[in-house]
Amino acid sequence: MPLDLPLLNSSFNAKDKYRSRVGTSYALLPFKFIKLDHKRYIVTNFVGEYVVLSRTSLHALIQHKLEINSDLYDQLKVKHFIIDGDSTVALDLLACKYRTRHSLLKNLTSLFIFVVSLRCEHSCPYCQVSRQSQDRQAFDMQLTHAEKAIDFVFSSPSPDLKIEFQGGESLLNFELIRWIVERVSHRNDIESRNVSFVIATNLAILNDDILEFCAEYEIDISTSLDGPRELHNANRPRPNKNSYELTIEGIKRVRDRLGNDAVSALMTTTPASLSQPKAIVDEYLQQDFSSIFLRSISPYGFAVKTGVASGYSSEEWIIFYRSALDYIIQINLEGTPFREEYASMLLRKILTPFPTGYVDLQSPAGLGLSCLTFNYDGSIYASDESRMLAEMDDYTFRLGTLDNDTFADVISSEKLIGLLSETMTESMPMCADCGIQPYCGSDPVFHYATQSEIVGHKPTSGFCSKNMEIIKHLIHLLEDHEDSSLVLRSWIS
Amino acid sequence: MSELKKTITPLYGMLTKTSDAEPVIVRLTQNRDPSSTDNLAYLVQKDEKNIPLGFDTYVVPDHCTETLPSLNNDKRVTYELPQSLSYLHEGDVIRINPRGGEISVIYRHHSPSNSLFLTEQCNSRCVMCSQPPKIQPDSELAEACLEAIPLIDPETEELGLTGGEPTLLDEKFFEILDACKRHLPNTAIHVLSNGRLFNYLSYAQKLAEIDHPDCVIGIPIYSDLAWEHDFCVQATGAYDQTIRGILNLARCGIRIELRVVIHSYSATRLLYLAEFITRNLPFVEHVALMGLEPIGFGKTNLDALWIDPVDYQADLEIAVSRLVEAGMNASIYNHQLCILPTHLWPFARQSISDWKNVYLPECEKCAFQDRCGGFFHSSMRKYSKSIKPIETVLPEHEIIL
Repeated sequence: MPLDLPLLNSSFNAKDKYRSRVGTSYALLPFKFIKLDHKRYIVTNFVGEYVVLSRTSLHALIQHKLEINSDLYDQLKVKHFIIDGDSTVALDLLACKYRTRHSLLKNLTSLFIFVVSLRCEHSCPYCQVSRQSQDRQAFDMQLTHAEKAIDFVFSSPSPDLKIEFQGGESLLNFELIRWIVERVSHRNDIESRNVSFVIATNLAILNDDILEFCAEYEIDISTSLDGPRELHNANRPRPNKNSYELTIEGIKRVRDRLGNDAVSALMTTTPASLSQPKAIVDEYLQQDFSSIFLRSISPYGFAVKTGVASGYSSEEWIIFYRSALDYIIQINLEGTPFREEYASMLLRKILTPFPTGYVDLQSPAGLGLSCLTFNYDGSIYASDESRMLAEMDDYTFRLGTLDNDTFADVISSEKLIGLLSETMTESMPMCADCGIQPYCGSDPVFHYATQSEIVGHKPTSGFCSKNMEIIKHLIHLLEDHEDSSLVLRSWIS
Repeated sequence: MSELKKTITPLYGMLTKTSDAEPVIVRLTQNRDPSSTDNLAYLVQKDEKNIPLGFDTYVVPDHCTETLPSLNNDKRVTYELPQSLSYLHEGDVIRINPRGGEISVIYRHHSPSNSLFLTEQCNSRCVMCSQPPKIQPDSELAEACLEAIPLIDPETEELGLTGGEPTLLDEKFFEILDACKRHLPNTAIHVLSNGRLFNYLSYAQKLAEIDHPDCVIGIPIYSDLAWEHDFCVQATGAYDQTIRGILNLARCGIRIELRVVIHSYSATRLLYLAEFITRNLPFVEHVALMGLEPIGFGKTNLDALWIDPVDYQADLEIAVSRLVEAGMNASIYNHQLCILPTHLWPFARQSISDWKNVYLPECEKCAFQDRCGGFFHSSMRKYSKSIKPIETVLPEHEIIL
């Protein structure tokens, strides 16, 4: 330090008086680490703060050989990886951050999926629910079940209640949607919850009556758009081979009537998608979407029967994902704000103290806690995927029926609690020691479907390799690419 | 453009003569026939004829006493204002101490920046404190505030409670806040506190029990490193107390603002401090990143504290981005537009209290003077080398205000 540095008036204490209490040693707070590349490690603590360290620094940290008050030392201290004689407030802050991280748990279920019909006029080979083509009676939800389901929804203590109508093609049973929305809204005059509605639909049978109704009740629309015309129509066959045209036309009509943000789209990656990440992203840009959710296919329903689910490996999907993400970042750098949703959710977990509500990134798993699904036949499932499995005659994740069970029965059932107790990544084999555990989650239905076991074997799990690669890639971009990092940071708010 | 303000508005002055009477706190009025004259002083205009009778106290402009024979013959008390306080106006609240011959301005009706000064005592001794603490007992300050609050216009939008450390007053502090709630139910209250006493949960709970409808506690934080913060406030253990205080306030549902004064010691970790706030204190409703006010200890220690604001702009930019990305509200106080990068302009506020807010002569040439926060009067002793009027018209896309 230069000697000619101006000093405080002599009545003030110099810095050293306060710095000296740091002492000469430090204690470690809990953390985990994982290799980022051949010379660096990602080190995380249980509230989701991270640092990237060289192997040498990691060794020094663990062996209590860090230089006291060095820049690295201070960084590790303020992120609560180490503690010394300076302050004891780290423990209060860690407790606060841990509570924040799990703050969604106390609200219990906020997303309720109503499968109002399993009928569909599409015949997609990747269908994950095994749609049916006829028989209204057998494959539509009955009014008595819908009524009970509404009681069920309002039994949740959550201040936010989201009701999502799924299918099949949900609009084939629009009468029931109308009845449910009106009844829920009426009841909410007294309940005063923050209720929102979403209709998941392929838009093929959208009409003005439906749009008017959606406008009146501020219902959002979620649809499927897999990419450019050829890819979309190949993925989503229907008579006349015009799914793409109907979707685009539907999106336009929804926006004209309900506003630009009232419609969102989901894409599913098929083997044919893998070679065209840019074209898929371009299609979303062209359709004026502000984001895309790049999703790999789920191993359920027709996707398994037709072999689509095994059409590519998770490694192939990761290559696809990374090139799409690179392209999206490039687009942002060229001045067009556009997000990838899965990365956005992971980045919120990496860069903020807050949790994400996304079902597949929870610990304990989102089963029942984040989401409950009412199937068309009155049975209650732990998630949307759980009922997809049921269409393959596997009822592992069926939690009860609307005829016999209440919300309290289901949420406190031994079945659900038993399932959940095996989904805490904090204690799951291999997850417990994994450096990215604070950012990841449990997907017991996936592991059950692919490995016949809800905990699963992580070294061969597609879920694990997918999240591991994406999270490492995001941290690599945050650390090593200033431009990309700016773009990624803009996605968290 | 109106004429640029280059001098301070004095809040203190001397009466032209002393007299043997009790100190009073009064609201000035020119209403000749109020329903009650309690705590009112009639503000006499220059050359005013037919001055109304019936007031206990009259305040007259300087050199006018002799022109007002009707008042002199009366038992009523008349005080002559010094020229420096001739700006006083209907609705202003002042304290007159006849024996000491002092007159102090407590509240100015036309000002957007009024603060009540609760105490001069403090449990910290910040190296840049603009209002250095004193040890002597000063409970009369709090009593004066309690007396003044009912005289303040209830239409007042915002009122500051400051010190010293207001929370040291204990019960009296809560009494003052409660008086604000009762007499000024529509006035936003902004308390400046170091937050240390709120490390006792019971203290935060007491504040919550007042249940003020619109109250924010502004708390300074200087570093993410405990010892460095404690150095800045010259008090061992202050950081831990302040952080626990903030957590307790949040737990009690009290709104919090963090205030970071940027000087040579806090500038180096500004960006880390911003990250620390987003990770640990994301619930605070506002973060103010503030330029140094070179008065009080800020003047005493100016050489040691000084860093030219242009030299920390890069860190300030990142600090603001971190806060904004995290969805937090950030503002930049006490910085002139000509030293801020244009994309920080939307965060710059005209934050300096009107009575001590001034501009340089060259600011008259600046196209953005009317949107710029200007300087503290005390900054005239030292300001950035990069102050320069923005004479040219900036490209439209660069200006977002």
